[in-house]
Amino acid sequence: MNFIYPDYEIVRNPNKCITCRVCERQCANEAHEFLQEENTMTADDAKCVNCHRCVALCPTRALKITESGNTYKQNANWSGKTINEIYRQAGSGGVLLSSMGNPENYPVYFDKILLNASQVTNPSIDPLREPMETKVHLGARPTNIERDQNGHIVNNLPPRISLSMPVMFSAMSYGSISYNAHESMARASAELGIMYNTGEGGLHKNLYKYGENTVVQVASGRFGVHPEYLNSGSAIEIKMGQGAKPGIGGHLPGAKIVGDISRTRMIPEGTDAISPAPHHDIYSIEDLRQLVFSLKEATDYTKPVIVKIAAVHNVAAIASGIARSGADIIAIDGFRGGTGAAPTRMRDHVGIPIELALACVDQRLRDEGIRDNVSLIVGGSIRSSADIVKAVALGADCCYIGSAVLLAFGCHLCRSCHGGKCNWGIATQVPHLVKRLNPEIAHKRLINLMNAWKHEIKEMMGGMGINSIESLKGNRLMLRGVGLNSNELEILGIKHAGE
Amino acid sequence: MKKEGEVRIPSGCAISGIVNKSGKRMSGEDIIKSIGIMHDRSNGLGGGFAAYGIYPEYKDYYAFHIFYDSINVKRDCEEFLERHFDIINLSKIPTRKIKEITDEPLIWRYFVTPLPTKLVDSQLSEREFTAKCVFRVNTRIDGAYVFSSGKNMGVFKAVGYPEDVGRFYKLEEYEGWCFTAHGRYPTNTPGWWGGAHPFALLDYSVVHNGEISSYDANRRAIEMYGYKCTLQTDTEVITYIIDYLHRKKGLAFEEIASVIAAPFWQTIEQMPQKERETHEYLRAMFSAQLITGPFSILVGFEGGLMALNDRLKLRSMVVAESGDTVYIASEEAAIRIIQPNLEKVWAPKGGQPVIIKFNGGEA
Repeated sequence: MNFIYPDYEIVRNPNKCITCRVCERQCANEAHEFLQEENTMTADDAKCVNCHRCVALCPTRALKITESGNTYKQNANWSGKTINEIYRQAGSGGVLLSSMGNPENYPVYFDKILLNASQVTNPSIDPLREPMETKVHLGARPTNIERDQNGHIVNNLPPRISLSMPVMFSAMSYGSISYNAHESMARASAELGIMYNTGEGGLHKNLYKYGENTVVQVASGRFGVHPEYLNSGSAIEIKMGQGAKPGIGGHLPGAKIVGDISRTRMIPEGTDAISPAPHHDIYSIEDLRQLVFSLKEATDYTKPVIVKIAAVHNVAAIASGIARSGADIIAIDGFRGGTGAAPTRMRDHVGIPIELALACVDQRLRDEGIRDNVSLIVGGSIRSSADIVKAVALGADCCYIGSAVLLAFGCHLCRSCHGGKCNWGIATQVPHLVKRLNPEIAHKRLINLMNAWKHEIKEMMGGMGINSIESLKGNRLMLRGVGLNSNELEILGIKHAGE
Repeated sequence: MKKEGEVRIPSGCAISGIVNKSGKRMSGEDIIKSIGIMHDRSNGLGGGFAAYGIYPEYKDYYAFHIFYDSINVKRDCEEFLERHFDIINLSKIPTRKIKEITDEPLIWRYFVTPLPTKLVDSQLSEREFTAKCVFRVNTRIDGAYVFSSGKNMGVFKAVGYPEDVGRFYKLEEYEGWCFTAHGRYPTNTPGWWGGAHPFALLDYSVVHNGEISSYDANRRAIEMYGYKCTLQTDTEVITYIIDYLHRKKGLAFEEIASVIAAPFWQTIEQMPQKERETHEYLRAMFSAQLITGPFSILVGFEGGLMALNDRLKLRSMVVAESGDTVYIASEEAAIRIIQPNLEKVWAPKGGQPVIIKFNGGEA
């Protein structure tokens, strides 16, 4: 007995069901069953993760998933969710595991920020008729201009990343997601002129050809890291932390370490890939500097180095330290950021919102006069083009998107990645499930999404009378808060609507 | 209602400029007439002039023009000046009482040079030392405002229509080789003389017509380099950007134009390799100094004048030549009223600077 009644219910309309058994074949969780004798379908709600695979594929739309509506006695302090978690832990004795981003009801600051538009005193610009630039460059800037004997400017810029729009696909490792998902990201990045990130699982040999559009990650487990790997991408990211689980390392269950994944990660099949919480060669900021330069040495100073941290309370001071460490780019991951597997308590209770982290880091780096030392990438729930425009206006150079990428592939945010049985072929290594994600289609959907967002970004910029993303960066006068208190407004560095 | 600097006030404007390439000096009469014909482009809430070559007898000294709210503030400010500068000469700036201009502050002029010991102690260049002192007065001494601080040049500005401001300051009695003028159309009532234009720092002066959309991006970037944008106006931030790029980064004015009104990437891609690399470099290096949104500006500096439009040319600006005199104005009428016989009249394309340098230098 596990005491728990399912949260969701599979509702089947018998008048529409033609017992084609598609749902049964599609559900890796085996929620659907065909009853031979009655010639009908039945379902076990307890097995359903609400991923909507069956709903989407049912040819007669006979299926839908609804909240089960079962409820404990009302209690403002003990919610049904809390009670169920206690039952589960009392039964298993284990740490609760979760996937994807923090779903709890914390404020979403992006939704309390509004954008400006031009009226009368200054013209809005029509992106259909005028050039509208979304191209960005990431990397450090030197302090001084150098000239040759003829007075011509000498290019003394350190290696940089060039992107057609201020978006990159954030770190999701090969292993946590499928090969097909990785290939789709790589191909979409190449076609879009942006970049994706390998995550900490190494890089499959087949994907080396997309190196120009690849960020290779070095995390605390150092899985899959070797000289050829480091030199295969256009930038290197040191992962110090992740928004979904600040303070701990990555987790990939042994069940997902099969075949090419084991080879790419350089660990035996079936072993759990548990990255240490810290990098064991980085116990302080001066150690980070050494790793930054080790990686630069290993790649002959041809690639920018990104340092990725989770947004935590002291993020501004930490970022300031990183900006002086030789890193070219800082990536900050907010507490809403996704994950393939994280302890629930870490995911839901640790870290701070990316909007606040970004605002305070950007301001601190400016106050200290070191904002030019680094570019800033932010992630941790960038959900739309509007979020991107707001993030750039707060001071970001670029945004990382992860969950939105997976949604484009078909993910329905059922938050069961850690189970490894993703019916959409994304967060799984089961061969017949992986096949469901067709990179040919998936990469095009991702390109569509990015092109749509790019149009929207241009539209919003044009409305503000801005025709280059550079003029939006840090342009906080273009933002106003609604329903925020003065402390929040001060941290965000914006005025309230009406001011 | 909030004062200028406490709130950002968008404004439309008229600008005009006259420059003699061989450094021949002319009186301020023409520039008053030129800006006056564009009366409807101002609304009486600000007008002003910058004049170059007007103080030949004091050409080696910084000429500070200062507004004071009261005698007490004047005393405090003069104490500060005496601690940092050798004051060669000081006087009230001559004005003419006219009914159109009222509520004037105390308006004083000082010819100064940094005290050698102070300068050495500061480990700064003479110009940086002087600029820092100007910032100090403007941000720390409440009620004192240095609105002109260059050598052999001066800014004259007030609340009122520009043609009245010209008569108020007796501009026709000055002789210079370059004049710029500004008529302001703010969308709010600042009523503060310091908020009128031109805006100047050292010998850089800017008159600007437009409302830039990149303002806060530009402001936050330039403030990182030690500038303080106390007025919240476009002209102020543009002046600081030009000072930063020219004086501190050593860019030529052609290069400055390529930064603040940068060619589009699609244009850069089609350039010959060398040119392309330079533009790519400038855009990457100075992306935060790109200015978007409508503007037409006249930048006065020690050796000449630059006229520049935003890259989409969202504001009118016409240039004309007659002999060795170049005229620039928001409207062609403002040129024809003072010089009907023009050899050449054209409207420069967006982002293409017109840079006029003096051949003869000084008079």
